[in-house]
Amino acid sequence: MSELSITTIHSTPRPTNLIRAAGLVLFALLAISPGQAEAAKEHRRVAVADPYLEMHTGPGRGYPIFHVVDRGESIEIIMQRTDWFLVRDADGDEGWVDQDQMELTMNPDGSEVDFARAGLEDFTNSKWEMGVLAGDFGGANIVSLYGGYSLNPHVSVEVWGSQILGNFSNGWTASVNVVHETWPDWRVSPFFTLGAGMIWTEPKSTIIQGEDRNDQIGHAGAGFRVYVTRRFLFRAEYKTHVVFTSRNDNEEVEEWKVGFAFFF
Amino acid sequence: MESRFRVLFLILAAQLVLSGCAATKNLFGFGRDEAPPPTAEAPGQVIDPEVERRDIKEPKIDRENFEIGAFAGIMSIEDFGTDLVYGARLAYHLTEGFFVEGTAGQTEAGLTSFESLSGGARLFEDRMLTYYNLNLGYNILPGEGFIGEKRAYNTQFYLIAGLGSTEFAEDDRFTVNFGAGLRLLLNDAWTIRLDFRDHLYDIDILGEEKTVHNLEGTLGFTFFF
Repeated sequence: MSELSITTIHSTPRPTNLIRAAGLVLFALLAISPGQAEAAKEHRRVAVADPYLEMHTGPGRGYPIFHVVDRGESIEIIMQRTDWFLVRDADGDEGWVDQDQMELTMNPDGSEVDFARAGLEDFTNSKWEMGVLAGDFGGANIVSLYGGYSLNPHVSVEVWGSQILGNFSNGWTASVNVVHETWPDWRVSPFFTLGAGMIWTEPKSTIIQGEDRNDQIGHAGAGFRVYVTRRFLFRAEYKTHVVFTSRNDNEEVEEWKVGFAFFF
Repeated sequence: MESRFRVLFLILAAQLVLSGCAATKNLFGFGRDEAPPPTAEAPGQVIDPEVERRDIKEPKIDRENFEIGAFAGIMSIEDFGTDLVYGARLAYHLTEGFFVEGTAGQTEAGLTSFESLSGGARLFEDRMLTYYNLNLGYNILPGEGFIGEKRAYNTQFYLIAGLGSTEFAEDDRFTVNFGAGLRLLLNDAWTIRLDFRDHLYDIDILGEEKTVHNLEGTLGFTFFF
């Protein structure tokens, strides 16, 4: 196997001092804690139960297979990235194995291995969700980011932050929503939502008149979530907002958005 | 004579007692080999399966789907020249193909031809351009890059597009961006990212409203965690 070492993972040299220095700077800048002190860490072990296990040079189907591990051999799982596992065999060869093959290994006690893979059931039962949607807010563009927590499969609470970008004014909204899903186990799951928040608007600088405003905003809406694959979902929704302005009349704004989200 | 009988008697008694005790039955080689008592188990079963199961606590598998990093490069702002841009990005890898990424960056606008020719008259004071965007990317061409004879690095060529906002000329502007890039994986955690984007937004600062293209090319490091 050593002749093939050009394409093996571990032929990749360790980062040079320069890279390491840059890395340290990045570390300091971004204040991230997880290090690469892998040596002392204990990894999960499984045994190959299929005739062989294929190791790829990278975490993807396109990367070539450079090594195979025979049946019965024990492997260490160093990490997981998406549906790929970085494993090390008894000889110290490291490579990436896809989840379908990893499912065919055995635990040290002989039981079958089950690596959790997100599916339709998780779409219904997962606790957390995060997504990005964009669309139209009363004629202006809107970009939204949200995070949600499910109290149960039917009811979840969401926090939204949006930026509104229009021809005449820009603004931000922040709101808290309660979402009710009537049939959460359906692949296309409709929902209803109610919420309240704040809206900050400022007219564009090229417009002479106008002043910045902070108003309360309330909304009701409906939409649907569609399970796509893995942890992915598509979401589309319509909301009708009432802006409680300090003027005589309240403003009504219609909003529709589409986007994607993932759950975990 | 009497003591010899006593010894024999004692040996017999000891043998009887010991043979009654299963644990010591064959301890001294006494007693016959008896057939095992009939049970419902299969004839080949030798090991008693009712062993107390060891409580194995399997170490958790480290999941590294997030990618964080910083970058620097050049960005051209249409009509306002080209300057250094720098920023940060955070990505989450959903599958081997798809990833979502948020990026924020900053650059400074130069002078338009009008501003430099008119001598002093500025269209606006705050010359900083700040943008953020939320994107969906797809690793379309996984591959390998060879540097010299002995080094090979995994690479990923990706396409990326998204929405966001650009704060420029004292206003926030809805911005669409798209582009492509190359990720060079130095090892299982660190990567070098080369990235090219086009940022599009509408602006009317020079009279008529028009859609502008701001081209950006950056180089950066990212770290998987």
